[in-house]
Amino acid sequence: MITCNFEYYRPTSIDQAVRLFQHLDQTGKKPIYYGGGTEIISMGRMDNISTGSVIDIKEIPECRLLEIRGSHLVIGAGITLTQIHESNNFPLLAQAGARVADHTMQNKITLGGNLCSTIVYREAVLPLLLTDAEIIVAGPRGTRALPINQVFDQCMNLDKGEFIVQVKVQKPFLSYPYVHVKRTRQDKIHYPLVTICALRADKEIRAAFSNVCPFPFRSRAMEKELNRSSEPVGRRVDKAINLAPAGLPNDLESSSAYRRFVLKNLLTSIVTELEG
Amino acid sequence: MYQFLNEGLIEIKVNGELRKALVRPADTLLFALRERLGLTGAKPGCENGDCGACTVLVDGWPIKSCLMLAVEAVGHEVTTVEGLDNVPIQKAFVEKFAFQCGYCTPGFIMNCQGLIDIHPDASDETMHEWLQANICRCTSYQEITEAIKSVLHSDQAQE
Repeated sequence: MITCNFEYYRPTSIDQAVRLFQHLDQTGKKPIYYGGGTEIISMGRMDNISTGSVIDIKEIPECRLLEIRGSHLVIGAGITLTQIHESNNFPLLAQAGARVADHTMQNKITLGGNLCSTIVYREAVLPLLLTDAEIIVAGPRGTRALPINQVFDQCMNLDKGEFIVQVKVQKPFLSYPYVHVKRTRQDKIHYPLVTICALRADKEIRAAFSNVCPFPFRSRAMEKELNRSSEPVGRRVDKAINLAPAGLPNDLESSSAYRRFVLKNLLTSIVTELEG
Repeated sequence: MYQFLNEGLIEIKVNGELRKALVRPADTLLFALRERLGLTGAKPGCENGDCGACTVLVDGWPIKSCLMLAVEAVGHEVTTVEGLDNVPIQKAFVEKFAFQCGYCTPGFIMNCQGLIDIHPDASDETMHEWLQANICRCTSYQEITEAIKSVLHSDQAQE
């Protein structure tokens, strides 16, 4: 049971949602945007979240799009991970989403919700980092298109009152060779020990990681080492891992040494596979 | 714009009937079904989205009702285990002895029913993917798998 009380709003346009946020904020209702709501409800049940109002964005038409438009695949923030998987327009994102929580949860978790999650894994962001996706955000400054590598740094960095409307991915990226791998400590349904998404674009391997550091990331420095094809794969992988932007976590899932061992083996097989 | 600001009546379509429920905006669908509508088929387990005991169908898709607000169901169709009338998967659970204590059974049956409706020709891989959303602490997994396979592949069996 969620002990705190809040008001529920379901706007039907971007403008309505933005104005509502500003109004509720000015009246002290501490509004939060609401996608699938799984994290908000589970945190609310534990009294780890306190809000006076939620703004459910799932009925905003722009947030419900899932289609090819011109040269891009457009995915609304209110689209669920299952819808992405079933459409299979973007196989790498479909696979990454299909390993978030479990299948029934994927029927509720939205793309926007996963990207803005406070839980560190946010695995749906990995394919978007690799494909230089564009994030369409709406807020008091209007609607803006931002490169994901600009707006996502450890977490989604949106201005107050902004929410994600859509994600746009250029069509060529949808068919590049890719690998998605998620290793858990024991069962298939679990938080990741290591998750890696990789693809080969223009003969270069790109790789993004979750739970290798305390935040999801894509590192150009690591990619540079992985693509140094004059060197043996094992040495490249070792050098790349040494360039991780933070220390490998030492937590209940695994020691940092074991995580490094798993990461090295996975990266070695991924590089070998993508280099053909 | 739809809004629901304080405790009050909402109208939800459950098992084909429009039902009124007195809830707060912060109440879950699970709470509304059990405590307001008397539909106790959906079971409270972890209430954290892990166990699947509270699974119902919303517009045909399995949803953990502990992680959905009751008010979110307004405008959608909810089906609970009470809404199934001796359908093949229920018969299969009996025939295959696919339960022991039975607490997880309604959640499993609703998830199975969703799969049967949406992907009647589901592969074993898809079936396992869907079933991993539910937990049976009595470990009846083998029998549950046999039950759903007998329904999913009943067409082939008859041919």
